[in-house]
Amino acid sequence: MARRRGRMPDERHEKKPKDDAIEVEGTVVEPLPNAMFRVELDNGHRVLAHVSGKMRMNFIRILPGDRVKVELSAYDLTRGRITYRFK
Amino acid sequence: MIVLKSPREIALMRDAARVVVAAQRLCRELSRPGVSTLEIDQEVEGLIRKAGARPAFKGYRGFPATICASINEEVVHGIPAAHRRLKEGDIVGLDLGAVVEGYYADAAFTLAIGEIPPEVQRLLDVTRESLELAIQQARPGNRLGDVSAAVQRRVEAAGFGVVRAFVGHGIGRELHEDPQVPNFGEPGKGPLLRAGMVLAIEPMVTMGHWEVRVLADRWTAVTEDNSLAAHFEHTVAITADGPDVLTREAA
Repeated sequence: MARRRGRMPDERHEKKPKDDAIEVEGTVVEPLPNAMFRVELDNGHRVLAHVSGKMRMNFIRILPGDRVKVELSAYDLTRGRITYRFK
Repeated sequence: MIVLKSPREIALMRDAARVVVAAQRLCRELSRPGVSTLEIDQEVEGLIRKAGARPAFKGYRGFPATICASINEEVVHGIPAAHRRLKEGDIVGLDLGAVVEGYYADAAFTLAIGEIPPEVQRLLDVTRESLELAIQQARPGNRLGDVSAAVQRRVEAAGFGVVRAFVGHGIGRELHEDPQVPNFGEPGKGPLLRAGMVLAIEPMVTMGHWEVRVLADRWTAVTEDNSLAAHFEHTVAITADGPDVLTREAA
């Protein structure tokens, strides 16, 4: 009996953006209080981004200069959520 | 986590496989125009239980029967029913498993009922052949991607589609264990194969597009474009000497 295909092991980093979010990449420029960061996006915009709860739970540290994936709210494009730090 | 099996465990799986092979032989004898898939199911269940084994599918995630009988555009997991009667020109995929002392074996084949067009015969031949090519790759030192790619290469060269939504699987103490064994992939990728792994390799091949959908019964998978589909499967133990096909009919 065939197995329903689940997520393959090499697909584990493909996290789904939350509904309505825009996913972009950028570089961290400045740490701010309360786990917030100023992130310069690849399109040149600077946004205020906080670290996603899941990344905080797993103690993923973010430093200036890191490449990160940011989800922007479709409603306020000046704020975002950091969802992934590239190695 | 991929569980390796000891020679003792593989021997028990071979016992289960023997029951599966006997049940397949019975399926072949029973399958003719006018017979319902439920009748085949009931006969097969009787044979498995008389052999001191247990049907592997019945009750698995709520599956209601001993065999999966998938007619024509049904790819896999068709539920046997009294009103589903085989007729001349059909192709029917018959998939079944048995459990002996807690160890599983699982195999499938697709049968032509009477005369079928040459192109449909080619579908069956190519699917069976792709399974054999995959089995040859199931040896220590190869990677799982070598097995998957062998199926995909043969099937797509023939112009048929490889179903993506369902995959083969590790088998042993459970019907479905790790790893997933897709019928598509890249050579040299994926987990390294080792002696003691046991895989159920099962190409599912369509004459049209590979997209499938599951019907409202939550089991039967049919091709999205209603093209015909074939399915062959063997339980294969990987040994130091190469693949050992547990569900192979003794010649």
